[in-house]
This record gives sequence, structure tokens and C-alpha cells, in this order.
Amino acid sequence: MTVVDRTAQAAAAVTGRAAGRPPATRDNVLSYGLISGYAVLTLSFGLLPALYAVYLAFTDATGGFAGLANFSKVVGDFRFWPAVSHVALYLVIWLVALVALVTVLAVVVHAIRVRWLSRTLRFVFYLPGALAGASSVLLWLFVLDPTASPVGGLLRLLGFESFVQVIVPGNLPVIFAVIAFWTGAGGWIVIMYGALNNISAEVIEAARVDGANAVQIAWRIQLPMLRKWISYMGIMSLAAGTQLFVEPQLLSQASNAVVPNDYSLNQLAYQYAFQQNDFNGAAAISLLLLVVALALSAVFVTRGGLFERE
Amino acid sequence: MNSVPTGSSPAYRPGVSGWSGRTIVAVMVAVFVLFFAVPIVWLLLATTKSARGLSVGNPFAFGSFGELSTNWSRLFGFQDGAVTTWMTNSALYAVGALVITLIVSIPAGYALALTRFRFRRLLLVLTLVVMLIPNTALVLPIFLELNAVGLIGSPLSVILPMSFFPFGVYLTYIYFSTSIPRDLLAAARIDGCREIQVFTRIALPLAAPIVALVAFFSFVQNWNNFFLPFVMLPSSDGYPVQVGLTSLLASTPAFNPSSAGGQSVQLPTLALATVVSVLPVLIVFLVSQRFLVAGMTAGGTKE
Repeated sequence: MTVVDRTAQAAAAVTGRAAGRPPATRDNVLSYGLISGYAVLTLSFGLLPALYAVYLAFTDATGGFAGLANFSKVVGDFRFWPAVSHVALYLVIWLVALVALVTVLAVVVHAIRVRWLSRTLRFVFYLPGALAGASSVLLWLFVLDPTASPVGGLLRLLGFESFVQVIVPGNLPVIFAVIAFWTGAGGWIVIMYGALNNISAEVIEAARVDGANAVQIAWRIQLPMLRKWISYMGIMSLAAGTQLFVEPQLLSQASNAVVPNDYSLNQLAYQYAFQQNDFNGAAAISLLLLVVALALSAVFVTRGGLFERE
Repeated sequence: MNSVPTGSSPAYRPGVSGWSGRTIVAVMVAVFVLFFAVPIVWLLLATTKSARGLSVGNPFAFGSFGELSTNWSRLFGFQDGAVTTWMTNSALYAVGALVITLIVSIPAGYALALTRFRFRRLLLVLTLVVMLIPNTALVLPIFLELNAVGLIGSPLSVILPMSFFPFGVYLTYIYFSTSIPRDLLAAARIDGCREIQVFTRIALPLAAPIVALVAFFSFVQNWNNFFLPFVMLPSSDGYPVQVGLTSLLASTPAFNPSSAGGQSVQLPTLALATVVSVLPVLIVFLVSQRFLVAGMTAGGTKE
């Protein structure tokens, strides 16, 4: 799902405040009771599926050890590298737009002194987040269909007369990036806004007294102090973006397969599992994606510093 | 979008008089307000139009309530009330998972924050790691696992995985380790509270804000989840509304010409379906607007 994970956004909002403080009370039986339900769920839907995917990825259909055969099979699949390049191109466009625009918009909204205006803007930016997943894709199908679109004139101005012309393969990474930006950016703007509030007013005031204008303050003070949050946003969005599924899946369906149903890696894994009944191949692709996600989160946990006490 | 001033944009350099910079900023904000708001406004208006009105009329004119009710009855008449089934399923899955999440996460967050036990550190690290990986990353592995135990197609195959919500545990953990004074718990113990009573009588009543927050995130995420139910539930009777939308889409001739027939769906009906599918989340968003745009970053509000 390319929708920026709201979970991650809110994690950004609360992390950095505390963690890792040693517990106060003594060891007791009650703890195990309180924790047991969650521990069972963690095992069943966190650890075990990951281990089972590892097992499937390294075995063949009969359960015998397969070495790297599944991996070489999926990597050698003629659909694999196109899918990788689709996802990569989409990620580049989306991440650049996200980092640049979210930062600028957050700084601008933060600079607005009229409170109700700033609040309203944040809410307007945030609201599309309610339309995640299939609903937002559906909405954008309308917007991208010149015959129904509210911006049909704009689309025709750009030379698009029909829905099929809009969704030619070359446009797809941009389209997916726009959809993802539309749904996810607002949440990040709210996060960045909160982070900007954390910069002490004295620092800003001192800079202003020294003659810095708004742009210099943004560039020299606010931006460096936001770096941690920007990298958090980048890493989380990168991890989420590799999972691209619902957008191309629905678009493929809506376009009568003008958009192929193996456009992204997750779709390809899905094809392996459900069209080819090749669970080992599906597990191999899932595992590759999982390793990417784990690596990114590990970078963040170890290097990001968000989970240490400030 | 060329008008977007980045920090180094020449048009917004120091020395440029205030009004031109302000104009650029105002234009940029206006452009983005339109970008974010226009699709939603248009979608709401589209539900009040006929298929013809949608393609020829002014996109931002209101249709009529008559058309809205026609679209409504067409939508809920689709495949003998499939939409009602899907909405009911969505509610069942989202609320079911939410309830389990709360029952499991709140005690777990408390135990992680304020008690000591073996594997505490391991569980904490696992929570962080799983929380940070996209929740779609584990969908196919979970499918493979549940397929092996024969749970595919059962409501449990979506409710149970969704109720595993490490982020909720993490939020609770942060809350209990920062917001509950330890002295209070110690005082309760001195007054003769047993450990379980410390949790149920002292900590739990103080946890109301975090319960609300976890419930909000869990509900929104569960309701909007597409990939998990799409993979787990093969039969239309079991679809949540997000997956059901794909059935509607497949029956819309405007997007899928091969679908023209008795059960075909017109564009305004599909627009209404989109609105209906997010209505519960939209309501939750509007109700919690205050804490969403201000409180979500509580602790960061030092204006």
C-alpha cells in the first residue's frame, strides 16, 4: 500500500519523547498474564509468518530443500525487473515530491500567524487521509477520466482526450505518486508542523534579531532541525512505497488490463500465489520485500536516534 | 508547480520586498488547497447527479436530491444488497479487531512500561521493528501461514492479523512510561492494592486518552485495509466494502466496457459507493478533528 502508513506518521508524533526507561516494579507473575495475549499475536502474525516465508522460499513444492532456486526463478522471471523498475521510478518521483513539498508546506503553514487559517489548512491537507486504499484510487479514476473529471479541461489542455490516453504506462509512476501524495502528505505536514513547534521561539527570535528573513530562518534553522523527521518520513515512505499494490491492481481492472496485473512486485507475488499456485515463488518475492522493509526499519531503529531518550 | 518556492528559489531571495514573497506563498497555498479539496468536493457533488449530468453539466454544480436518492437505491440494490453485506462485514472486521487490539494492547503496554519480566526487551524490540515495517509486507506470509492451517475465507483470517497492532502497544507503552507518576502506583501498593488492582483500579482509569487514540488508529487502519482481506477472502459474501468496491468497479461500463448489462453501475453510483465506503472513517475524522490536527503532536505544541 503506497498510502503513507498513518501508523508510521503517528509513531513519529509520539516517539522521541521517551523510551527505554527501566521499569519500576519487581518481577511478577502478573506481567506474564498481562503480556500473554500480545505475545501470542506477535508470535502468530509477526514472527511465525516471517519464518514460514523463509522456509517456503528455500524449499520446493514437495518440501525438499531448494537452495536459492526459488530466488533465481523469480529474479529470472521476465516480469521481475520491469516490476522493480516501475516501483523504483514511482518511488523516486514520490519521495522527491513528498520531501520537498511537505517540508515547504509545513514551514509555510507554520509561518501563518492567523490561528484559524493555519488550523483549517492543516485539516484540509489532512482530510484526504480518510480516503485511503481503494477509495482514494477510485476517486482518482474519476479525476483522471477526462469525460467525468472535475478538471477535464486541464487534462484536455495537456493533450489527454480519454482515460486510456491518461493511463499510458509512461504516466503511471506520476499518477501513483500523485495519488499517494494526495492521501498521505497531509499527515506528514501535521507531523512536521508539530516538529516545527518544538523549535524554541528564542532561537527563531535570535535569528530574526540578527537580521535573518523568513527564508533564511527556514533554510538555516528550521530545516536542519527538521532533518530527523524528514529522514524518518523518507525511510517510512520508501518502505511503504515498495509495497505498491492497490493502485496498479485497481487501475489494471479499471483499464481492462491496459495496465498489466503484474505491474508491481507485490502484484507479481500475488500472481505467483494465486495464478500459478507457486507459493514458494510468492514467498521468495515476499521475503525480498520483507528484507528491504526490515533493513530500512533497522537503519532507523539503530541510526535514527528517535527511540532514545532525549 | 513551478511557483513553489524552495529555500533557495531566486524569486524569494532576501531583498525581495515582502509583498511579492507573500503573493508567491499565497498562490502556492491556494494551489494546494485546491489540489487537496477539489477532488473531495467534486466527489460529494457527483453523488447528486445523473450519469448524463455528470459528463455534460458544470462539475461543481449541485444535482438534485432526487438523483441522490436514485443513486442510493441503485447502489444498495446492486447484486441484491451486496453493499449492505460489505458494509456489515467491514464493521464486523474493523470493530472485532479493534476490540481484540484494545483487550490485548493496553495490558501489554502497561506491562512493558511498568513491570519487569523476561523477554521484555526482546518483545519491545520486536514491537518497534514490526511497527516500522509496512503492514502489507507480512500479508502474503500470513496468507501462506493461515493457508497451511486452513483458516482462509473465515472472518478470523482478517480479524486476527488486524488485531496484531504493535503501534497500539507502543503508544500505550509510551503513555504509561511517561504520563503515570510512579509515586501514585507506589502509594496504591502501600495502601494495600494487589498488583492486579494497581492495574485495574489505578492505571486503567487513567488510560482513557490512550485507549481513544489506539482505538482511532486501529479502526481507521482496519476499515481501510485492502490487501489483507483481498488476499484472505475469496468469496464476495465475505468482502469488506473496500474490496467490494473492486466488484462495483468491474461492473462499471465507463471503466470496463465488457461489463455492460443488467447489473451495470453508472458513474454517479460508483461515486456514491466511494463516499459510502469511507463514511465511517470520515465521520471519525471529523469528530476527532481537534485532536488530529493539534493533539496528534501533543507535546510538540509550545506555541
